[in-house]
Amino acid sequence: MYDKHTFFGSVWRHGIILVLIVFAVFPVLWVVSGSFNATNNIQMQKLIPPHATLEHYKSLFTTPQYPFGIWLWNSLKIALITSLLTVVLAGLGAYAFSRFRFKGRRVGLLGLLLIQMFPQVLAMVAIFLLVLALGDIFPWAGLNTHTGLVLVYLGGAMGFNTWLMKGYFDTIPRSLEESAKVDGATPFQAFTKIILPLARPILATIFVLTFISTYSEVILATILLRSSDTFTLPVGMALLISDQYGRRWGMFAAGSILAMIPFLVIFLLSQRSLVSGLTRGAVKE
Amino acid sequence: MGPPDGRPLYPYMIWRYVAKHTAKIILLGTLVGASIYVSVFLLTKGMYIPAVMPLIGSGFISYIFLSQKRYPLRWLVPGVIFLTVMVVYPIGYTFVSSFTNVGTGHMLSKEQTIRQLLDRCYVPDAAVVYSYVAFANDDGNLALLLESESATILYVDGNAEELSLPDARLIDEDGDGEIDRYEDYARLSFMQLAQRVSEIEDFRIEYGGTTISLVNLHEFRTRSPLYAYDEEAETMTDQQTGVAYTAVDGIFTSESGEEIYPGYKVWTGLSNYLDLLRNPAVSRPFGKVFLWTIVFATLTLLLNFALGLATAVLLNDPFLRFRTLYRVLMIIPYALPAFVTILIWRGLLNTGFGTINQVLVSLFGAGARVPWLSNPWLAKLSVLLVNLWLGYPYMMIISLGALQSIPSTLYEAARVDGASWWQRFSRITLPLLLIPLGPLLVGSFAFNFNNFTLIWLLTEGRPPMLGTLTPAGETDILISYTYRLAFEGQRGNQLGLAAAVAVVIFIIIATISAINFRMTGALEELSKNV
Repeated sequence: MYDKHTFFGSVWRHGIILVLIVFAVFPVLWVVSGSFNATNNIQMQKLIPPHATLEHYKSLFTTPQYPFGIWLWNSLKIALITSLLTVVLAGLGAYAFSRFRFKGRRVGLLGLLLIQMFPQVLAMVAIFLLVLALGDIFPWAGLNTHTGLVLVYLGGAMGFNTWLMKGYFDTIPRSLEESAKVDGATPFQAFTKIILPLARPILATIFVLTFISTYSEVILATILLRSSDTFTLPVGMALLISDQYGRRWGMFAAGSILAMIPFLVIFLLSQRSLVSGLTRGAVKE
Repeated sequence: MGPPDGRPLYPYMIWRYVAKHTAKIILLGTLVGASIYVSVFLLTKGMYIPAVMPLIGSGFISYIFLSQKRYPLRWLVPGVIFLTVMVVYPIGYTFVSSFTNVGTGHMLSKEQTIRQLLDRCYVPDAAVVYSYVAFANDDGNLALLLESESATILYVDGNAEELSLPDARLIDEDGDGEIDRYEDYARLSFMQLAQRVSEIEDFRIEYGGTTISLVNLHEFRTRSPLYAYDEEAETMTDQQTGVAYTAVDGIFTSESGEEIYPGYKVWTGLSNYLDLLRNPAVSRPFGKVFLWTIVFATLTLLLNFALGLATAVLLNDPFLRFRTLYRVLMIIPYALPAFVTILIWRGLLNTGFGTINQVLVSLFGAGARVPWLSNPWLAKLSVLLVNLWLGYPYMMIISLGALQSIPSTLYEAARVDGASWWQRFSRITLPLLLIPLGPLLVGSFAFNFNNFTLIWLLTEGRPPMLGTLTPAGETDILISYTYRLAFEGQRGNQLGLAAAVAVVIFIIIATISAINFRMTGALEELSKNV
């Protein structure tokens, strides 16, 4: 559908694209520059900092009201644990749905499909009250604890991921496990030694998707976490800036850069497989 | 569970068998033990139905792990536990509480409220007055010696006993007529006493059919229960004033309209839903929020898809130079966490300090300051614009993928037939794109329908809607409105109403998902491979 460009044809194309790129990139450039500007006021900021400084990065780790280091650690910890456990739990469930035939399988699959379309956050009130009550019985899993938050996240991730993983397991030929079983392998051994290595792409995809969504989750973290030393990055960063763009912009900008890094790393590592995974799921042969 | 027939039995198999089953029994035992603990805890709180759940759950799990026939279910147990506790139960609870008045002042069950009210006491005019001395032992336990005109009472470990003085356990060490010790309990000085007064305040000393408690730092007095409850008539009577309170809509109310807090949960049927439709104080903001949610999700979808597709078509051009570099730069907004970039945009759009207004002011003078986030219409525009920034790279990525799957022979054939660029785009590209992208577009609509992160971090739903009784903002979407009702109400937390809004969202999302199932054929696939 494309022709060779005339001179004007290539001018307007590059022109439009450059405008779009400025739109896409400017906020990011501005925050990178803001983190090195000496001023803490977004109004005083220059795109090229006249006296570049690392002061804002330092103050992130030395300001007790805004314990950025703790937030970063909390976020990484919660996202990693949630993603790992999600892969394990969804894997177990998906294997059963894919390989065993049992009473209730169809109902189970249908239930899973129906449950996963109800966004967990809609039940935020009930989740809040549930975790509150849980804290009465087990104080280590109540409000303002990371255990409680991870437990909630695990529930929310289960439906969709089990379903996704089951679809992938279905494409792995059964003959491999059957020959392993003839050699005396238990179903669990067949699962860990044969299926899991073959399913590595989907394990990675689910890990990455869960990591990204947990790392950026705002609403449940806002509801369940109460004190600034338990905050995750989204809650903490909102507290840090609190609309004070004239007073804490530099520090916020530095925090933004550091908060972007883990997300960006995961994104870049996975980009190729994610993109193909997304479209592959959409195109039906 | 031994090895299948015809294979030798090695000793290691026996050991493995024993170890495996011991571990299993220990784990199941721990689980059952923990569930009994939870049940007893819930029973003591008067929650009888929730108390049964852990027992049923752990019983069922034990059965699954002990029965060979249920082997496949063992694999499902861990995931199902989380799904049940953290998704299914909360959803069910949300549905149920949308038919109640649960919220601030109506959190407890009726039984719990009545029990709490009956615990309340007052000091009648004819109360017996006790002076007291407090003692503490090395473990910090308290003992009290109460003295009235007619009696001396010793209160230790929750028991009250009447003493006839002198008593050998009370020791006056320095002989000044004041008691200094009770057994190994030493008398507290005034300062020590003042530090522990909050504990002493909580003592309810049952003695001779009356309750004695602290009224001020120096005195205990007998108290009587403040309320008497008549189960037949469902009335609370204030013993001090004689006023009767009857139960009205989950709160005990006197004839003159006075209410006793707390109230309790009652079924209110459809009244939350009817409020959303008919009660102007609720229905007006709800209606506006509802409309804006639909407009926001629809416009976002159209704008993001239009820009995403346009850039994809531009960047898919094999004659374009630098297109790989361009693609990488365009994807940047998608590759960064939204919770950070939204807050950055909030700074750029800030009226007083924001960079965008800075640029406008330097170009057009000080009058050009635009209230991006505080004017109702501009705030909506800003929300759409920021979401366009966040969302169009995703649309570009999926469009690029789908564009590449369209066979170029189709275009060549169209060209032979003399089709114009626009005809080729609208007759070939667009229809062929929408088939694979349809489900993703529906998914994106559903995602933005509940895009709490964007609204909350960019505007917090502000600017506030004027003239409403329930808190609502001009840029609030249904999910942030739910959050507000539940957690930020000025008139308390209206959890029942919030649940009703959540159910409305659910119905809409369910409809969208049903359409999506149709498009992807997920249900057909399900019935096919069972």
